[in-house]
Amino acid sequence: MWTYILRRTLLLIPIFFIISVVVFSLIHMVPGDPIDSLLGPGSTAADKVELTKAYGLDKSLPVQYLVWLKKFLTGDMGQSIIEKQPVVDMILYNMPFTINLGLAALVISFFLGIFLGIISAAFKNTFIDHISMIFALLGVTVPAFWLGLILMLIFSVMLGWFPVSGSGTLQSLILPAVTVGLGGAGLIARITRVSMLEMFNKQFILLLYAKGLSKKVITIKHIFRNALMPVITIFGLRLGWILGGAVTIEIVFSRPGIGNMLLSALYRRDYPVVQASLIFLTMAVIIGAFIADIMYAYADPRVRDAYK
Amino acid sequence: MGVIGTALIVGLILVAIFAPMLEPYSFKEQNIELMNAPPSASHLLGTDEYGRDLLSRVIRGARISFVVGVLSVMISVLIGVVIGSIAGFYGGAIDLVLTTIADLTWSMPAILIALLLVAVIGAGLESVVVAIGLSYWAQYARLVRGQILSLKAAVYIEATKSMGASDFIILFKHLLPNSMSPVIVAATVGVGNAIVLEATLGFLGMGAQPPTPSWGAMMSSGTAYLFISPWVIIFPGLAMMLTVLGFNLFGDALIEIMDVKNKESN
Repeated sequence: MWTYILRRTLLLIPIFFIISVVVFSLIHMVPGDPIDSLLGPGSTAADKVELTKAYGLDKSLPVQYLVWLKKFLTGDMGQSIIEKQPVVDMILYNMPFTINLGLAALVISFFLGIFLGIISAAFKNTFIDHISMIFALLGVTVPAFWLGLILMLIFSVMLGWFPVSGSGTLQSLILPAVTVGLGGAGLIARITRVSMLEMFNKQFILLLYAKGLSKKVITIKHIFRNALMPVITIFGLRLGWILGGAVTIEIVFSRPGIGNMLLSALYRRDYPVVQASLIFLTMAVIIGAFIADIMYAYADPRVRDAYK
Repeated sequence: MGVIGTALIVGLILVAIFAPMLEPYSFKEQNIELMNAPPSASHLLGTDEYGRDLLSRVIRGARISFVVGVLSVMISVLIGVVIGSIAGFYGGAIDLVLTTIADLTWSMPAILIALLLVAVIGAGLESVVVAIGLSYWAQYARLVRGQILSLKAAVYIEATKSMGASDFIILFKHLLPNSMSPVIVAATVGVGNAIVLEATLGFLGMGAQPPTPSWGAMMSSGTAYLFISPWVIIFPGLAMMLTVLGFNLFGDALIEIMDVKNKESN
């Protein structure tokens, strides 16, 4: 198990380099010069040269990358060109909001999704099954930002239960978290249902019945536990999806967060901020997949034993 | 379910083709006296902040969504098929490199890739198509690679090889045609996803720019008037939801028809 974890951890290093090179080069292909937006009216060409130098934008791209990488690895992500403050501070300020939203959405999508998946598998082809699967399908197909706006319209504007925007309180977290969570719940419900149904037909389940175990014990202890495996795999993928959802949902509800920060930096061509937040989000996705792999290995004795 | 899906897609295609004939008003005609008017007999879905007829704009938006969805999926599939078949067919180091890139791309939220690409190549409908196409190729590459890997070992491929067929013939005449069914299913659902991504980009102000009546751009400008004229948000969103639902139901039905799953396990 530990060898497996070590091997997977080491694999994160080259991935980080690939991602940072790609993000770095793409960002530097963005047309438009951030220096132009910094120069006030009446500034001369000499001012521009000086400022370009000050931000290190006059050097060649590989050199800029190495300088940036060295600083990045020592925890210096540079200065925001627009906000004039260290990018690290901006990330640290915005991160908790995104993490709160992501965790709340993750919890909602897993509990709701697994619950819906189990009841529709247990009551296959009944009314309950159809209703929960239509719900799940809607969860998958309704675009997150639109769902957010509609929920806002119903619960904030018409009913007045939740604030329209803002952050910090539990009340202001509920609507955004439900918005992101519902989409995830749909997919998880569908996967749980399918993998539960597949388990029902397995021969070892038949054997358990022959042994005289009750349906309840078989469903919970054997079917559900085995059916959970694909759900764990989804967990890792969902993390990326949830972060992607957070980007738009933070805008819909005007919440602070990494997504909001990334977008406003994109509009204003604030390279250092775009770069750092993209790498942050991307690494979060990769680490999510990594955690899911470890959980999967832990839950599946075949993988666990292979690395003993 | 499949019937509903087919009906929704056929409906969308018909609306997209005959958009100019179906629009009760011009989609760009402004009417200052009728700004943010609620749905009524003369304007079935109401009007937006410039007094433009919302129904006409939703109809015109169907055309944009459909074209963007189909074109971007074509780009994704093309890239995916090329990369996936090279990786699956040649194996070895090429496979390792291509698979790593595909896996990395695939694990990224598409919206992040698309946002970054739109920032690089500029906003507007054409760049949105390219950006979406480049965001979704990895899933097709993975599918095609998997299919080719499993088909490569088949006896009939060995027979073809022993008859002296070239790599090119084997790949394009035998392997690829037989790996297409899961790709077609994925591409069907993919059109729905691409439409949502286009709308999300539009909503974030990074997609089609006003006055283009793209559903996302319409909703983006509608958010400012959410409390005054919610219909500007509700109807384009409903149209989009039905569209995506259609492609998903149709995809589900295709899976059953083509029996993709059984084919994969056999």
